[in-house]
Amino acid sequence: MVKKRMVHAISAALAEEMERDPRVILFGEDVEASMFGDTAGLRDRFGPERVRNTPISEALISGMAVGAAAAGYRPVCHMMYGNFLYTGFDAIANQAAKLRYMTGGQITLPLVYLGVIGGGKSTAAQHSDAIYPALMNLGGLKVVVAATPGDAKGLLKAAIRDDNPVVFLQAAGRGGEHGEVPEGDYVLPLGKADVKRQGSDITIIAIGNMVRHALLAAQELAAEGVDAEVLDPRTLHPLDEEAIIRSVRRTGRAVVVDEAHSSCGAASHIAAIAGERLFDALKAPIRRVTVGDVAMPFSPPLEQALLPGKDDIVQAARSVLRHGARRPSVACSHEA
Amino acid sequence: MTSGFAREAQLELYRKMLLIRKVDEMLGNASLACELPGPVHLYVGQEAVAVGVCTHLTERDWIASTHRGHGHFLAKGGDLSALVAEVFGREAGICKGRGGSMHVADFSKGIIGANGIVAGGIALATGAALAAQLEGKGRVAVAFFGDGAANQGVLMEALNVSALWKLPLVLVCENNGFSEFSPTASVTAGRIAERAAPFGVPYEIADGNDLESVWRVAGNAIARGRAGEGPILLEFETYRLRGHMEQERSFLSKAYRTNEELEAAKRNDPLVRFRNALLSGELAQPDELQAIESEVEREVATTKAAAKASAWPDPRDVGEYMFA
Repeated sequence: MVKKRMVHAISAALAEEMERDPRVILFGEDVEASMFGDTAGLRDRFGPERVRNTPISEALISGMAVGAAAAGYRPVCHMMYGNFLYTGFDAIANQAAKLRYMTGGQITLPLVYLGVIGGGKSTAAQHSDAIYPALMNLGGLKVVVAATPGDAKGLLKAAIRDDNPVVFLQAAGRGGEHGEVPEGDYVLPLGKADVKRQGSDITIIAIGNMVRHALLAAQELAAEGVDAEVLDPRTLHPLDEEAIIRSVRRTGRAVVVDEAHSSCGAASHIAAIAGERLFDALKAPIRRVTVGDVAMPFSPPLEQALLPGKDDIVQAARSVLRHGARRPSVACSHEA
Repeated sequence: MTSGFAREAQLELYRKMLLIRKVDEMLGNASLACELPGPVHLYVGQEAVAVGVCTHLTERDWIASTHRGHGHFLAKGGDLSALVAEVFGREAGICKGRGGSMHVADFSKGIIGANGIVAGGIALATGAALAAQLEGKGRVAVAFFGDGAANQGVLMEALNVSALWKLPLVLVCENNGFSEFSPTASVTAGRIAERAAPFGVPYEIADGNDLESVWRVAGNAIARGRAGEGPILLEFETYRLRGHMEQERSFLSKAYRTNEELEAAKRNDPLVRFRNALLSGELAQPDELQAIESEVEREVATTKAAAKASAWPDPRDVGEYMFA
């Protein structure tokens, strides 16, 4: 298998799908110059009709994607940073997420919004949100977060082929990393979670950029004799609840790691589902590891303090594992 | 109307305007009688715009409409029974009761639909215009919007992109004098049509209560779009004879217009003007028009009765249609 950076995996997925279906078009902010490298070369390859630079007009382009999809095309709309979905949010929340339902299922809306999310690059508060909780809450969008270059390719190809509006988010911290990317027509199903590491003692559910930290945490826990499973939902809406339930039922313990803010985050939702459905199977309360309700700071030491990392996950896992564990006999009342 | 149409066609235009008027009056009365779920926003007084513009369009062209959208729906060829059943919240509605008055749409007729968001349709129509341009078959997209929507920034964004890309987009502003519950002049600086000028987009202002003016101006604009000459902004001056929404008198704390103003506006009613033109031009006899009027009244009454008698959606299907 070839090793590629995530942005090149995305670029390959776009090119393959544009090759495959002439109705796939790409427009958005700086798709020619391609700040992230994920759309580099596509204009030269597919021409100025199908690949268009837009002005910085999120309110318009997010809605144009809906109109073009309703009129029979399969637009991919690059919103650059996830935070810029907020400036284009009317069409995303009020049109894309609802138009099919509001019109009684008259149309399909095959469109994809692309955005880069998360902190770690000192882009500060207006370029670092992990915006997916707001999108999950709309109900009418599929929300995909890719954690590895291979997943990015397979999930984006599926997103472009899906007949529903999909928001495809890539973690800012992962774009430059190398990973194995299958060649050819590699398509992953949306709505299916992926076990990134098998284990039996505890389930660490991690999203996007947090998957890497969760795997490092699992390695450290293994050295302590703890066998952690790492589960990546990959699609946050619709969520693969069964995969989460299967894993947590088996391990009886769960930590959910989420780069979004704490209140009403993806971790909250996942923890609630596991709590509702697995109360009797749980050996300990579920712990969430999140960013806290703080805007992402600019200065690297502050940013690193806020972002969840390996150590936070290990600590959370240890506390979950300690819960209900038998205390050593010396720690009894005689000691006093 | 004196040009462009045979007598029979002119009577057909009159029937269409009248149908839009009578349907909305019926729905307004139903709203006041608490027969309708939710709010309705009526098109009464603006019929010449929808009919004058849509007469130039085929089912292959796209329109995006507004919360005041029943008139556009009917003018573009949407089904009357399916419209009325939708506004009554029934399964037989064009959107199976999922959308209601503010979301009536029929994509098979090129009707992207009414929209509950002021200016929400502008970006959708621009996207449809992009699709039309890529297809290259001479389709156009028309965005109907009000003076209130002209104060949303997305209009500027649409003017910019449609001018840059020469999209077959016809921006139709219906300036009906009111942005929801505020007189337009109190919330709007300058002339709306002139907002096209800095983008190099042509614009035209016309009497939106005169069917012939609308028809003529829209015809040129749509022909330009079909020929690949790019976007245009039309501003039709009209007047909203009903409130922003029916039932508003029950909750508004202050009147936003005087009765004198409203009475004066009624003398400029587009339907009355067209009727008078037909009579004075000897294109129709009074009894012919009366026959059309009784027929339309009957059709509307029958449609209402059928809608009310039709089934509600099944609550078990509430989750249908979210995803394909």
